[in-house]
Amino acid sequence: MDSVRSDRDAGRVTLPKAIKILVAGGFGAGKTTLVGSVSEIEPLRTEETLTHQGIGIDDLSGVEGKKTTTVAMDFGRITIGDDYRLYLFGTPGQERFWFLWDELALGALGAVVLADTRRLADCFPSLDYFERRETPFIVAVNCFDGARRYDLDEVRLGLTLHEDIPIVMCDARRRESGKEVLITLVEHAMRMRLGPAPSSR
Amino acid sequence: MPASDEHPDTQWVGEAAGAIVRPYVLTRGRTEPTRGRFDLITLAVAVGPAHAGTGGLDPECQAIVRFCRRPQSVAEIAAHINLPAGTVRVLLSDLLDQGLIATQEPHSETDMHDEKLYKAVLDGLRAL
Repeated sequence: MDSVRSDRDAGRVTLPKAIKILVAGGFGAGKTTLVGSVSEIEPLRTEETLTHQGIGIDDLSGVEGKKTTTVAMDFGRITIGDDYRLYLFGTPGQERFWFLWDELALGALGAVVLADTRRLADCFPSLDYFERRETPFIVAVNCFDGARRYDLDEVRLGLTLHEDIPIVMCDARRRESGKEVLITLVEHAMRMRLGPAPSSR
Repeated sequence: MPASDEHPDTQWVGEAAGAIVRPYVLTRGRTEPTRGRFDLITLAVAVGPAHAGTGGLDPECQAIVRFCRRPQSVAEIAAHINLPAGTVRVLLSDLLDQGLIATQEPHSETDMHDEKLYKAVLDGLRAL
């Protein structure tokens, strides 16, 4: 009934389809840097009010129902021909609010979890979240100047990452590097969603 | 300090609270759009003859219509006119009801099984 919204009598405008990719990771892991290095626009900031059910800590208050939290997000854009637009969102830095991400993760093509080897544990909540939600994701290890270089297998072990999940080194400041990260993610998401072969019922 | 509440224009909040309250004044207290879900990446574009029928709109709505002469996402609109995304959603639903914009919802998760999409995105990224 009201499903046809965009094509009223308005001369049938054709709009590109927008695709969302999330960039997660601990505070200071380089999320906005990565978004900025591949975006065709300067990263923009928007504020989103997210709602979540009050979790049962404040039982004494007797207040049930929804709480809202305002989070700031940085995002960038990559235009893919006339048909698609890719939006990259740096998710909120407060990883303890992972439960807020549902509204952001809905419909996302996938996620990049940025890992900082100096604080590897910071990205655990992101990994847990995307695993549980079955959002395709990869891990990109941001190589900061002066940070100790780790072997990728070491990092994989440290994160107890499943062998199917790609893990790559990157330099979030470099466009080429950011590009490779995104390509790795899209290839992985494609494998996860379409499978290696269309078999088995 | 007692506020003079007989006058609707009286500033009854401190300056610090202004940024919180004002977005919802713009929407006349509404926090939900009249319809649709308006994802952050839902795209909106102005439709109809240029400048037509926007005279009676709030400045913010006029700014949205102007900005949307080219398709823009909810996130971009919010950043451009410096309002929270929640407020922009409500204003966009009004504009949609008035036939001043058209919108395009993003892919649903089921559309994510379209091989064409991945190939196009991969080609686009490699060409960057």
